[in-house]
Amino acid sequence: MSLLEVVVRSVVVLAAFLVLPLLVGQTEHKVMAHMQGRLGPMYAGGFHGWAQLVADGVKFAQKEDVTPREADRWVFRLAPAVSLVAYLVALSVLPLTSGVVGADVGAGVLFVLAAMAVGILGPLMAGWASANKYSLLGGMRAAAQLLSYELPMVLAAASVALAAGTLSLSGIVEQWHPLWLVWQLPGAVVFLVAAVAELQRVPFDMPMADSEIVFGPLTEYTGLRFAFFLLAEYAGIVVMSLLFTVLFLGGWQGPFAAALGWLWTLVKASAVAFVVIWFRVAWPRLREDQLQRLAWLVLVPLGLAQLAITGVWVVLTT
Amino acid sequence: MSDDDSVRTRAERGPERRGAATDNMSDRTMDAEQPEREPERGERGGLVPGIFKGLATTARAMVTPSHTAEYPDVLPDLPPRSRGTIALLEENCTSCMLCARECPDWCIYIDSHKETLPATTEGGRERQRNVLDRFGIDFSLCMYCGICIEVCPFDALFWSPEFEYAETDIRDMLHEKDRLGEWMATVPPPPALDPGAADAAEVTALSKPVRPGRATPPAGRP
Ligand code: SF4
Ligand code: SF4
Repeated sequence: MSLLEVVVRSVVVLAAFLVLPLLVGQTEHKVMAHMQGRLGPMYAGGFHGWAQLVADGVKFAQKEDVTPREADRWVFRLAPAVSLVAYLVALSVLPLTSGVVGADVGAGVLFVLAAMAVGILGPLMAGWASANKYSLLGGMRAAAQLLSYELPMVLAAASVALAAGTLSLSGIVEQWHPLWLVWQLPGAVVFLVAAVAELQRVPFDMPMADSEIVFGPLTEYTGLRFAFFLLAEYAGIVVMSLLFTVLFLGGWQGPFAAALGWLWTLVKASAVAFVVIWFRVAWPRLREDQLQRLAWLVLVPLGLAQLAITGVWVVLTT
Repeated sequence: MSDDDSVRTRAERGPERRGAATDNMSDRTMDAEQPEREPERGERGGLVPGIFKGLATTARAMVTPSHTAEYPDVLPDLPPRSRGTIALLEENCTSCMLCARECPDWCIYIDSHKETLPATTEGGRERQRNVLDRFGIDFSLCMYCGICIEVCPFDALFWSPEFEYAETDIRDMLHEKDRLGEWMATVPPPPALDPGAADAAEVTALSKPVRPGRATPPAGRP
């Protein structure tokens, strides 16, 4: 890999990282509005408010960047970057189509899960460093939630890796077969639920439940740092949707995969992102104890069962 | 605490209030005895159907056109009897002051003077008529009750659906007769009579059968 290639790949990944979350955010604005019988943004940019998020970005950039006096300054200021960069790293190894990937990593599944686990440190750092009891509560909730949901997510991903016989993301897509949709369905459900919980989105948004603890770890953030947290949330949706597509929906597989593979990946990932948005509009927030029950009494057993089924099948057929 | 006190003092004032107070109290004890019954799981339709019901509802709302009124871009289609503002047809006004006196807010200001018209014929009588100098309605006080319009015997005041006359200063809400006159253009024609409506009073009076005269005058009268 020459230096030029590295630069080009990085720039492309960075561009995707900056554009896709905005697309998801704008879709959320409009989809949520129409699901609630509203129109959503209509003015910014002229045509159905397409530039609303750009305008929001400009607004955030103009705001004062406040760091509370009691805050742990360095940790407080670093937190948004930590959650943002983790998703950037994760995005760089997700394949768009056969051979098109920011960086081809051998054990891609492990790499993505590990990178996202680092991103989780962001809200924790923010909650701890803000010197605000609501932030601290939110940070604790985030820690509990992300710990419990990491396990079912890893179990579901492990099941797919086991079925494909490889930890490489591209390898998994190549091994994928439409039958997997049925066979890996419990794992897919577990993964989707755990992904929404990892993203801390409704119905699992207790860490920032605005009606309970102001805005959780983000309470003290203003301006660009706050915007970075929001961007991280939407980047997280992008990464999770792409990962779900690659693991469970067969990535670029589909008719004319050779030419339209990239489109298939994007279409499938958009559908997953839409579902994540849809959940947010349709469902109320869970209670903190219900969240833990769901993780340990439903998702973990389901993930283990899926892993067992996959294991038995793989042993019997090979 | 202070709420309870005031209820008690008012309750002691009259039998009516006391009745109301005891009603309240019995309501409260009923509530305490019978807590609201939790619906059974079967009644609610279960957890999983409920989850999909939520998804279905939002999906249906998404494909239904929204009812948002895009007001500054699209003007609202107001019904003809909307109470937007009050228009004045100056030619009809006789400065009789009925509207100003009936207005519950005293927010109509009328100034007028008498003018003497010379006799039109030789030896005829000179006539006097009222000339309206000022007619103002203070819309910061007006409560849009419509009494002035109802009471005007000469059809000089009308409802208009025009509503875009907001001001940045409350003192600018007093509109004079030229502004009120401009709004006459926005007054919609009166809606057609309902087919089942009663005839106008004049028509009813005219179409009554003529009372037959009595044949002989009653006795004892010349
Ligand atoms: S609508 Fe009522 S309050 Fe307003 S000017 Fe007429 S009588 Fe007065
Ligand atoms: S009641 Fe009618 S005619 Fe009389 S002063 Fe008012 S507007 Fe004029």
